[in-house]
Amino acid sequence: MAKRIDVSGLSAYYGSHKAIDDISMTVEPRSVTAFIGPSGCGKSTFLRTLNRMHEVTPGGRVEGKVMLDDENLYGSSVDPVTVRRTVGMVFQRPNPFPTMSIFDNVAAGLRLNGSYKKNELAGVVERSLRGANLWDEVKDRLNKPGSGLSGGQQQRLCIARAIAVEPDVLLMDEPCSALDPISTLAIEDLISELKERFTIVIVTHNMQQAARVSDRTAFFNLAAVGQPGKLIEIDETDRIFSNPSVQATEDYISGRFG
Amino acid sequence: MSHATTGLKDHRPAPAPAARPSLSSRSLPRLAPLGFAAVSIALGVGVSLAAGWHSRTQWGLLSALIFLAVSYAVTTAVENQRQARDRLATSVVWVCFLVAVVPLVSLLWTTVSRGVERLDGYFLSHSMAGVLGWEASGGVYHALIGTLEQVGIATVLSAPIGLLTAVYLVEYGRGALARAVTFFVDVMTGIPSIVAGLFILSIMLIAGLEPSGLMGALALSILMIPVVVRSTEEMLKLVPNELREAALALGVPKWRVILKVVLPTAIGGITTGVMLAIARIAGETAPIILVVFGNQLINTNPFAGEQSSLPFYIYEQYKIGEVAAYDRAWAAALVLIAFVMILNLVARGIARWKAPKTSR
Ligand SMILES: Nc1ncnc2c1ncn2[C@@H]1O[C@H](COP(=O)(O)OP(=O)(O)O)[C@@H](O)[C@H]1O
Ligand SMILES: [Mg+2]
Repeated sequence: MAKRIDVSGLSAYYGSHKAIDDISMTVEPRSVTAFIGPSGCGKSTFLRTLNRMHEVTPGGRVEGKVMLDDENLYGSSVDPVTVRRTVGMVFQRPNPFPTMSIFDNVAAGLRLNGSYKKNELAGVVERSLRGANLWDEVKDRLNKPGSGLSGGQQQRLCIARAIAVEPDVLLMDEPCSALDPISTLAIEDLISELKERFTIVIVTHNMQQAARVSDRTAFFNLAAVGQPGKLIEIDETDRIFSNPSVQATEDYISGRFG
Repeated sequence: MSHATTGLKDHRPAPAPAARPSLSSRSLPRLAPLGFAAVSIALGVGVSLAAGWHSRTQWGLLSALIFLAVSYAVTTAVENQRQARDRLATSVVWVCFLVAVVPLVSLLWTTVSRGVERLDGYFLSHSMAGVLGWEASGGVYHALIGTLEQVGIATVLSAPIGLLTAVYLVEYGRGALARAVTFFVDVMTGIPSIVAGLFILSIMLIAGLEPSGLMGALALSILMIPVVVRSTEEMLKLVPNELREAALALGVPKWRVILKVVLPTAIGGITTGVMLAIARIAGETAPIILVVFGNQLINTNPFAGEQSSLPFYIYEQYKIGEVAAYDRAWAAALVLIAFVMILNLVARGIARWKAPKTSR
């Protein structure tokens, strides 16, 4: 059940430092939205506000509204734990749980939430691993530790872990930046499949990747180091890469800065 | 560049640019240090005998100094100065290692060789009931029971308190309360064991309590809690933040993240820390003298009546001053060392078994 995200007037702070300023955008369901922009412009920060992970950082604070379909994630009666079950996340560096086997890693979300039926677990794990295109590679060693896999396999394991809890939205923060080109390609293929079922937001430093996998692209920038990051424009990926409406976007994409 | 930065006083004429120095150079055989050691020990002993010194310590130190000088000088002559410095540093490390290990081995050797004389099934299974000090009879059973119970109770009290405190400090603690807790833990780390004993003693006097194993366990807890807090804190800090975030992002409540991800990841180190803390308190004598009082008889009830304990027993037997009592003291010391050793091995076993698995 992919959902639409509607952000309006969102600012995020680390203590007194304002990291992103007044961002408004819409993320369409069943599509891939890519975030691009120079380092430090607040892409990760913005992404983490979309599943209330920003406030996990000491001093993290958010102003504004994030509507998931018709519910405000920052409404006063909303439990961040429930939000994170609905909006899953994949991190830059693969981070499987080192004490758990491959099977347990995928099952972790369900097990740790205590919301599962024992006889369904194996099915969910298989479905998630197939969904992450990892099943054939690991089906013979489900009980081996997840940290024994290659980097690309570990990242797909983390994706399997994230989709096992059946979120509506999947956030990915530079999921390929620690991977080799082959593993990157595997994950890009996976993203194209996953967008049938999820709303996907991906942060990437790789322009070709954004062009390959995304339907819409958002360009972020910051006026100067120490200034808060801003959304410059968001549009169809084709438009952004061929004929952006803002000069800064064109400069960034053509490599004139950043 | 190498000319500018090495800073060596190299008085040799600079090699002509055309004739590059060969990459290989003369070098000492790999076993040369053994030769140096043999020569310097012979020299050291010879000089010491000639000078009429009696202390073996002096012999050893002299040999060590000669060893350092010989290996430096010979290496300078045969190889070059950089190699010589390398050799000197290596030699210093070796000498320090020996200086540290010799007392340890000597202590172990003395305890084992003197302890085994009396250590047998009878010694482990009998108390000192009705045994006179000079009689070569009696055993350590009552003291072993006392140590096991007191240390056991102290661990049951301190491990959860210490663990929870550390979890609070690492996972939740912010601001003034956390700083205050850290401060008091630091202060507690430095409390001498006699002071912990006196503290419990004063409470006993105020509340009209009698000496018992439980009082000893309380005093030992005061010593154990800060050690557990410190070691657990360090272990929890080693757990990468990414793992916490990964679990939180799956929609897991924070307390379950701590219970199911953070603690299991750190459990090996935490166990080792608790075991080391146990080893530390198992050897404490002062609080036992004050608040458990000692006993010649078997008292299996830690909550009422005086008890003995291994360190107390050793002290007591030593004070008797008879040959048979000395033998009992050595045997008890061996039992205590074995107890701590077994705990350490168990801790290592658990740490290895529970450690995050990285191999395929
Ligand atoms: N944990 C943090 N504490 C304080 N400031 C942070 C933290 N993480 C990021 N920032 C600041 O927030 C800004 C945006 O960072 P980030 O979102 O990581 O940018 P990006 O992902 O686009 O490279 C930067 O100025 C950075 O210094
Ligand atoms: Mg980032």
